[in-house]
Amino acid sequence: MSELIRKSASELSELLSSGEVSSVEVTRAHLDRIEAVDGEVAAFLHVSSDALDNARSIDERRAAGDALGPLAGIPLAVKDVLVTTDMPSTSGSRILEGYMSPFDATVVAKSRAAGLVPIGKTNMDEFAMGSSTEHSAYGPTHNPWDLDRIPGGSGGGSAAAVAAFEAPLALGSDTGGSIRQPAHVTGTVGVKPTYGGVSRYGAIALASSLDQVGPVTRTVLDAGLLHDVIGGHDPLDSTSLRDEWPSMAAAAREGAAGGALTGLRVGVVSQLSGDGFQAGVRRRYEEALALLERNGAELVEVSAPHFEYAIAAYYLILPAEASSNLAKFDSVRFGMRVSPPGGGTVEQVMSATREAGFGPEVKRRIILGTYALSAGYYDAYYGSAQKVRTLIQRDFEQAFASVDVLVSPSAPTTAFRLGEKLDDPLAMYLNDIATIPANLAGVPAMSVPIGLAPEDGLPVGLQIMAPVREDARLYRAGAALEALLLEQWGHGLLAEAPELGGK
Amino acid sequence: MSEISEEQVAHLANLARIALTPEEITSLTTELDQIVDSIAKVQEVATPDVPATSHPVPLQNVFRDDVVGQTLTREQALANAPERTEDRFKVSAILGEEQ
Repeated sequence: MSELIRKSASELSELLSSGEVSSVEVTRAHLDRIEAVDGEVAAFLHVSSDALDNARSIDERRAAGDALGPLAGIPLAVKDVLVTTDMPSTSGSRILEGYMSPFDATVVAKSRAAGLVPIGKTNMDEFAMGSSTEHSAYGPTHNPWDLDRIPGGSGGGSAAAVAAFEAPLALGSDTGGSIRQPAHVTGTVGVKPTYGGVSRYGAIALASSLDQVGPVTRTVLDAGLLHDVIGGHDPLDSTSLRDEWPSMAAAAREGAAGGALTGLRVGVVSQLSGDGFQAGVRRRYEEALALLERNGAELVEVSAPHFEYAIAAYYLILPAEASSNLAKFDSVRFGMRVSPPGGGTVEQVMSATREAGFGPEVKRRIILGTYALSAGYYDAYYGSAQKVRTLIQRDFEQAFASVDVLVSPSAPTTAFRLGEKLDDPLAMYLNDIATIPANLAGVPAMSVPIGLAPEDGLPVGLQIMAPVREDARLYRAGAALEALLLEQWGHGLLAEAPELGGK
Repeated sequence: MSEISEEQVAHLANLARIALTPEEITSLTTELDQIVDSIAKVQEVATPDVPATSHPVPLQNVFRDDVVGQTLTREQALANAPERTEDRFKVSAILGEEQ
């Protein structure tokens, strides 16, 4: 295996800028890796045929003395929810099979402008509805730690691509945990930025009041470097914040340098660690808390009494918004068209198309959302869920009045087996119990790997949450914890993952 | 329990423009019943004094200058259409025979 694929993006950045390696070499190493292992991992729905050409043009610009950003020449995997002009964008759905977007998502355009080399589109649950990628119309992705297990979802493809060393960096989207839960089960780093911190223009919308795009990487610093590229105001997204953001990479470097934990008040959410959390997840979590405390952090027990209502509120708000957002798949302007036998009116064609083009989970949520928004039920369900949202925001506000960050395990269990929860939607929904509150409140949150659960040898992540607009705090604390664990382990967690490529 | 009937699911499917099969209607009725049961707990704490939140980081009056920006060309807009006639999207009959 080429040593290049094992390097972090920040290490590759140094090798590229010193001229020790070229972007063509780095890109080819990752394309070779995809060729060797993606048959068994299935992280990618599409691999770019332009990647080497794009890499070559970055090398030429570097040779010509152009000023390039730190990530120029580094391959990037792109979740298929983000539209791209040079590769198909399906959002994991049959209804968009082969769809070619006339424009790039803003985060993709910013990545290209920074010299990143899009290497392929990654698998996901259809329209980001799921926690395992098993709802992808194109088949599931497999967890590189154990190919019989789920890579998380909806962004299992991006997390698996990074964990399997098929790409050093990936983009994801997080509506209820779709960046952080896959990070947790694959031993990688995932960040959901503050709502409005990163543009969603060109991200195929699931639930517009919850969706946020963010980085998927193997190190906290790499996440910061990518966050710096994709963040900032976008006039094409009317929910985009106009804030001037500090450098997240600088915050990560500050955190890794030491001292960042001294006096840091860490709120331990009592509702997110008890019953229903796997013993090995709890054990690694408690060890991580002890490590933070030994290094100067002050642990404070924090109660968030309304978090127990978060899943219920989420599964009303999300389907309601999704049922509206997915109305655009009408078989008229883009996407699949299926005519009923003998033809039919435009409405019959629309209904036949949506029946054929949507998978079972998408239909389930559209019908649920249509129900929640129906006259007579609106106040009881959707209206009540929006009130719960206020109560959860108040829980966060109250907690952040006395602590700097909040922590919890990123998910209740390690990666479960493919097929295990597929026929039980309610069991599947419980995977997101720890991650959903941050989406409902709009606060930024990160998952950092903290070890392997003793009972099954699978990765566990720690979730760190910060107040709205305080994303940099996540990077400081996350990088500080990562540095302590690296010192303890002597290597990154992924060095313990089994070898792939035995197909 | 059984608050949701098959007729209701069939009606919702019609509103959502999805031609569900009878088998799908039957299984969705059972699943939705369970899901709605479990999410109804939001009503326990959603008392009248609590205001609703629609967006987590609300913004007001997001305007841009009233100038023509970058738009798709007609060809780009039509490029993904399942069917087109000249410069227009083509669809089948709007009204059925009984309408």
